[in-house]
Amino acid sequence: MNFDFSDDQKQLRDEARRFLTEKCPPKAVRAVIDGQAPYDRELWKGLADMGFLGVAIPEAYGGSGAGHLELCVIAEEMGRALAPVPFSSTVYLAAEALLLAGSDAQKQKWLPAIAQGHAVGTLALFEGTGNPSPKAIKLTASNGVLNGTKKPVADGAIADFAIVAARTASTGRDSDIALFLVDLTSEGVEAKALTSIDPSRNQAEITFTNVKAEPLGNAAEGWSILSQVLDRAAVLVGFEQVGGSDRALEMGRDYALDRIAFGRQIGSFQAVKHMLADMYVSATLARSNCYYGAWALSTNAAELPEAAAAARISATQAFQHCSKNNIQVHGGMGFTWEFDCHLYYRRSNAIAVGLGSLSYWEDQLIERMRQKNAA
Amino acid sequence: MNFDDTPQEAEFRAKAREWIAANAPHEYADELKKASLGRVQLKHANILEVAKVWQKKKADAGWAVPHWPKDYGGRGASPIERVIWQQEEGVFGKLGALFIIGQGMCGPTMMAYASEEHKRHYLPPLASGEKVWCQLFSEPAGGSDVAGLRTRAEKDGDDWVINGQKIWTSGAHYSDYGILITRTDPTVPKHKGLTMFFLDMKSPGVEIKPIKQANGQSEFNEVYFTDVRIPDHQRLGAVGDGWNVSLTTLMNERMAIGAGVATGFPELFDFVSNLTLEDGPAIDNPAVRSRLATYAVRASGLRYTSFRSISALSRGERPGPENSIGKLVAGAMTQEVATYALDLQGAAGVLNSPEDAEVAGKFQAMLLRSPATRVEGGTDEILRNIIAERVLGLPGDIRVDKDVPFNKIPTRGR
Ligand SMILES: Cc1cc2nc3c(=O)[nH]c(=O)nc-3n(C[C@H](O)[C@H](O)[C@H](O)COP(=O)(O)OP(=O)(O)OC[C@H]3O[C@@H](n4cnc5c(N)ncnc54)[C@H](O)[C@@H]3O)c2cc1C
Repeated sequence: MNFDFSDDQKQLRDEARRFLTEKCPPKAVRAVIDGQAPYDRELWKGLADMGFLGVAIPEAYGGSGAGHLELCVIAEEMGRALAPVPFSSTVYLAAEALLLAGSDAQKQKWLPAIAQGHAVGTLALFEGTGNPSPKAIKLTASNGVLNGTKKPVADGAIADFAIVAARTASTGRDSDIALFLVDLTSEGVEAKALTSIDPSRNQAEITFTNVKAEPLGNAAEGWSILSQVLDRAAVLVGFEQVGGSDRALEMGRDYALDRIAFGRQIGSFQAVKHMLADMYVSATLARSNCYYGAWALSTNAAELPEAAAAARISATQAFQHCSKNNIQVHGGMGFTWEFDCHLYYRRSNAIAVGLGSLSYWEDQLIERMRQKNAA
Repeated sequence: MNFDDTPQEAEFRAKAREWIAANAPHEYADELKKASLGRVQLKHANILEVAKVWQKKKADAGWAVPHWPKDYGGRGASPIERVIWQQEEGVFGKLGALFIIGQGMCGPTMMAYASEEHKRHYLPPLASGEKVWCQLFSEPAGGSDVAGLRTRAEKDGDDWVINGQKIWTSGAHYSDYGILITRTDPTVPKHKGLTMFFLDMKSPGVEIKPIKQANGQSEFNEVYFTDVRIPDHQRLGAVGDGWNVSLTTLMNERMAIGAGVATGFPELFDFVSNLTLEDGPAIDNPAVRSRLATYAVRASGLRYTSFRSISALSRGERPGPENSIGKLVAGAMTQEVATYALDLQGAAGVLNSPEDAEVAGKFQAMLLRSPATRVEGGTDEILRNIIAERVLGLPGDIRVDKDVPFNKIPTRGR
């Protein structure tokens, strides 16, 4: 047993941190939030040049084929830096779906483009309020033609292609749902940017009107592929949340050392110290759950579904906890636009629902544990 | 990152498993499985005797305290092998509760500070459970503020003469030896005038009075010292260096307690899996699921945090203050879990006897014991201070008694 990243992986993490510290300072995040561009194109290109977009893509498809543990350490740094790029939609969702279920031609077409930073991909799953569920999918596919609306679609207004979940029948079974790959420049696709609590990542509504689409994977297995993709993404996004938690904790700690009140550093007051200690505790528990998820993801272990749900819940709770208390430690300053605290608060709450809500994942976790115990 | 055993670890595991299958007291497995925090008892046998027999058997085959050096009663196992052993020992590990203080805290302190001769003499019987040890630190005037202790040690020829009182001493009533921290110089600031010893609990002048606890049991005691003589060669560390010696004990205490402390989650999951509420199986209820999930990730988070510490340990890193997390999280959690399990039982949650209460009153016992977990071995508040100061680097609390000679610090008698 060895429950840590290897020295090479840690080195990659340091490299990613150095790169992002330089290329993705809070100023860059703010530029996207202020609406100067829908995402940071230059950063995106830089990430491609560093090889970060293709670490988990096999060499045969233009990546470096390093692996998922490598992707985890990069994800942590992406979260820490609040990178305003379509990384999670493209790399965790679209690329993973292609790797799991794409045909060789689909992989040849899109994976190298992703690795090189030429293509942005996303997953079009949600249709308004609610959680991932076959029942919630109304968008139809008949004879390979899609009709319906998806909302919100993360990075939907900047994506070049989308994996779309569509209904092919109404028998009430999971097999009613199939996945399609859609080139978003196709005729009949209309994407509209939406405003969100975290403008550092784009959200959109996409309407499909008689759009011709190619199937992704076996038609009857759409839902099963989708839930595998969500599990994999849960671990990877979990690392972004861990990175964000750590940074929020660090900001709070630094401010507590700096700010003086009643003639003392506020970090010498127990109420403040204990708040920060509790932030450390939740960030640490989340990190450990994510490490377990990383192991399960990288080895494709049977434990992956359970490990992924645990990582997701723990990381969601930690990032929300750390980002809100970081504002509290900063007092009034924490509530100014000028301080970066709100950037983390926004991201933590946006990312908390991005793959389905906390209660959805709680339900998944217990269901999976129950099934394992029954087996 | 690898969760699987290396070939060497797998071999160790197989050996451990085989030996346990052949030798463990399987007749008590069921009862031990049901036993909860605060109520490890056997119906038809004396648990102390069963525990001692099991420990001795382990010792004879080299499985007692596997991570200790061979010369002191262990087998020189690696930190990971130690975990593998614990995993394989399973419920029989609960029998080890009696030895935790001795093996987890007193032993490591002896290893760091006792003479080679003393180590070879005292440690093997501690490992084998033939001798039980206790930790004589807390006093009426010094609990969290350990360095505020007042038990005096005065030099008299080659001996030290001890007078004073300790309190909350777990297991003193069945202990053979103890490690004891005393004040040898009250004219210097409090951390500087302390000295550590070990002593025979049967020494003349040692008087032990069990205390009835809030949960009705009696694990801990008051211990009085009246002119108790301890030879100087039983001193641990230099005169006046007792605080540093005690830090070794306390650090190991956090490791020993933190790594093994129960969260109550597996028990709760089992209970809920078999419980039916008015509107169907409890486990199908969304509110119940949400609570369970929150506890599940806390329990798994702790488990993998301890695996991360072990990985660090096996790379040669020293156990650090971050290990305070274990007891801080698990202590509060058992209390919450127990409260919740009673809540699920409705009015019947009030019942306490093994015959009438759900799952033999496991959660009721847990509820009544859990406040102690949040106090013993450092309160939640002290653990948060440790994390804040030693891990996060925040300023220490303001210490009004700093640099003040101990005998000039204002006191309030109890
Ligand atoms: C079941 C059990 C077994 C025990 N076994 C042993 C044993 O074997 N040997 C032994 O030596 N001791 C033992 N103890 C004693 C234990 O270590 C002490 O009870 C503990 O350290 C707390 O000290 P105290 O009881 O004096 O509480 P106090 O120190 O008086 O604390 C009272 C309250 O004040 C708070 N407080 C105190 N100082 C601070 C501070 N600086 N900042 C914030 N809050 C503070 C505490 O958190 C607590 O809430 C045991 C205790 C229990 C409950």
